Amino acid sequence: MVFNTDVTANFWAVAPEIALAIIGLIVLGLDLYSRESQRRDVGYFAGFLLLALAAATVFVPTPDGSLSEQLVLGGMLRHDQFTQIFRTMIYIAAALTCFIAMGDNRMRYKGEFYLLVIVATIGASLLAGASDLVMVFVALETLSISLYALAGFVRDDARSAESGLKYFLIGSFATGFTLYGFSLLYGFTGATQIYGPDGIGQQLAAGKLNDAPIIVAMMMIVVGFGFKISAVPFHFWTPDVYEGSPTAMTAFVSVASKAASFAVLLRFMLAVFPPEKLAVGAAADYSELWVPLISVLAVITMTIGNVVALVQKNIKRLLAYSSIAQAGYALMGVAAIATTDGGQGAASVAFYMFMYILTNILAFGCIIVFANATGSETIADFASLGRRNLWLAMFMTIALLSLGGIPPAAGFIGKFYLFRAAVDADLILLAVAGVLNSIIALYYYLVIIKVMFVDPSPDEDKDIPMPANYAWVLGAASLAVVLLGTVLANPVIDWATQAGLELFI
Amino acid sequence: MEFTYETVAFFIFALTTLGSGIMVVTDENLFHASLYLLFSLFGVSGLFVLLVAPFLAAVQVLVYMGAIGILIIFAIMLTRGMMKMDQVYNSQRVAAAVVAVLLFIALAVTLTPIVDELEFGEDLNAELAEDPVADVTYETVNELGKVITDRNGFVLPFEVASLLLTAAMIGAIVVAREDEA
Repeated sequence: MVFNTDVTANFWAVAPEIALAIIGLIVLGLDLYSRESQRRDVGYFAGFLLLALAAATVFVPTPDGSLSEQLVLGGMLRHDQFTQIFRTMIYIAAALTCFIAMGDNRMRYKGEFYLLVIVATIGASLLAGASDLVMVFVALETLSISLYALAGFVRDDARSAESGLKYFLIGSFATGFTLYGFSLLYGFTGATQIYGPDGIGQQLAAGKLNDAPIIVAMMMIVVGFGFKISAVPFHFWTPDVYEGSPTAMTAFVSVASKAASFAVLLRFMLAVFPPEKLAVGAAADYSELWVPLISVLAVITMTIGNVVALVQKNIKRLLAYSSIAQAGYALMGVAAIATTDGGQGAASVAFYMFMYILTNILAFGCIIVFANATGSETIADFASLGRRNLWLAMFMTIALLSLGGIPPAAGFIGKFYLFRAAVDADLILLAVAGVLNSIIALYYYLVIIKVMFVDPSPDEDKDIPMPANYAWVLGAASLAVVLLGTVLANPVIDWATQAGLELFI
Repeated sequence: MEFTYETVAFFIFALTTLGSGIMVVTDENLFHASLYLLFSLFGVSGLFVLLVAPFLAAVQVLVYMGAIGILIIFAIMLTRGMMKMDQVYNSQRVAAAVVAVLLFIALAVTLTPIVDELEFGEDLNAELAEDPVADVTYETVNELGKVITDRNGFVLPFEVASLLLTAAMIGAIVVAREDEA
């Protein structure tokens, strides 16, 4: 396999990560040299730089044309639009996480929090482009280890310590599975590179290898990635970790880690177990195997997520089960990639993740403001929030409508494209299951809106203060959710479609 | 099966690895368990030698037995409270054993046919013995060094690994340090 050895092209391919590493070091230095009272500004610094980086990433040129032009640094990364769109959304997620973390007294004075978020972002962003088993693994671990530390960040809080330990133990176990799968693949093919004529994908497609061990390897890898995206039945850690971790960290793990894992899942399935049209002289088509597997996972995941979410009393646990269900919807898009033409499946997942990042961080931001003022995370305590702070209730409503998939919020278009991709891929039953599940989900999202605006509360006359920095962050995120559902929908979908198409070069 | 010196050595190392591995998870004294872990890792390094991977064997001894083993022992000695485990088995031990056995059978059944496919057959030992060990070591280390620092090799994962270690260290400090307040 020939790789791109042009120095400039190689530099641009990792320029965002280099910038992130520099931002991280500056954040660490600022944290050392600034006084306690000024440390909160470190969050502003990190947040704005990350936003700027997200904007700059849109304009970074990618080598166009052939696969060998896009594979850089010895084939470790593939620098295409697919990488770029996921990088952009991950940086936005990291920036918003820094902004909403600043109001939490337990984290605002600790620069290490921002550093760990930035290192996790580096891992996530490399994961989106990784095209070599070694790179996938190192990026996955960079992301995971930072997240373990973030989950247990508030040591004095027993719930945070417990969630950190739980996440670490189950996470290491899942990593073990992934690594076992990787080592089997490497053992059969002698290659770590997933693309190219000598790469794992084409070797498997040539059909010279025994089926059984490859299926075992595939299962193990799906288990490992399934854990990261909290697909049922690998979801048991999700509610506890979401509930126990500091809320800003919950927001980050629910979006950035999930988006990066979906990116690598899409790329991995298409490249390592290629469908017939991607394989040169295909003899074995493993997509006949993993499409049903992923479809079944999708249906189980969304159904269990939604049904269990119906009975939740704690808002963070409810959002945890809701995020399991959302992963189920996005898995429909993964199942659709093998059979849809024009990369529609991948495009629908990319768009869905883009809107999900904004929406979920908005929801968790609202919860932080509410919990800081009232000290409660129970859904019943949200009663009459509309009268206690109208803006906060409005922002929360936009987030819930988007999660439920009601226009003009972006969730509607996201779901629409996922269902369409499933239908186009002849996975009609899957699409039907998705629609039925969205109806179940609407119930629990709408109940929260009803509680906020209709239910009476004994504290009705107590205002909930909204700090100025939250007002503008949440306002901007709400605006972004609505814009992504209306005027910005087309440009972003075009970008996602191009990204999806490039996976098929 | 022919009974050579290699076979004897293999059984010694395999039994060391597995036997100590079982003791690691069943011994009630955490300190003893960590010593058994060292034995188990030693057995693995012996297996590497048999596979003509002397460099990996040396790394196994230096890094795993030397560094990590000592660290674990230090950690146990510094936190005396956890020296003795009250309960080694938990309520799900039967289910866990069943799953472990099933996984072992699945892996053994799927992986054994591959050895035949690779067509090493009887010549396996002869082929491995052709290259003198010293040459193999020299070449492995040489290749490894080149590949890790080559721009068209594995330099990116290598650099990212150092970031990973930094983050792990900072994370460990954040989680473990005493608050000043």
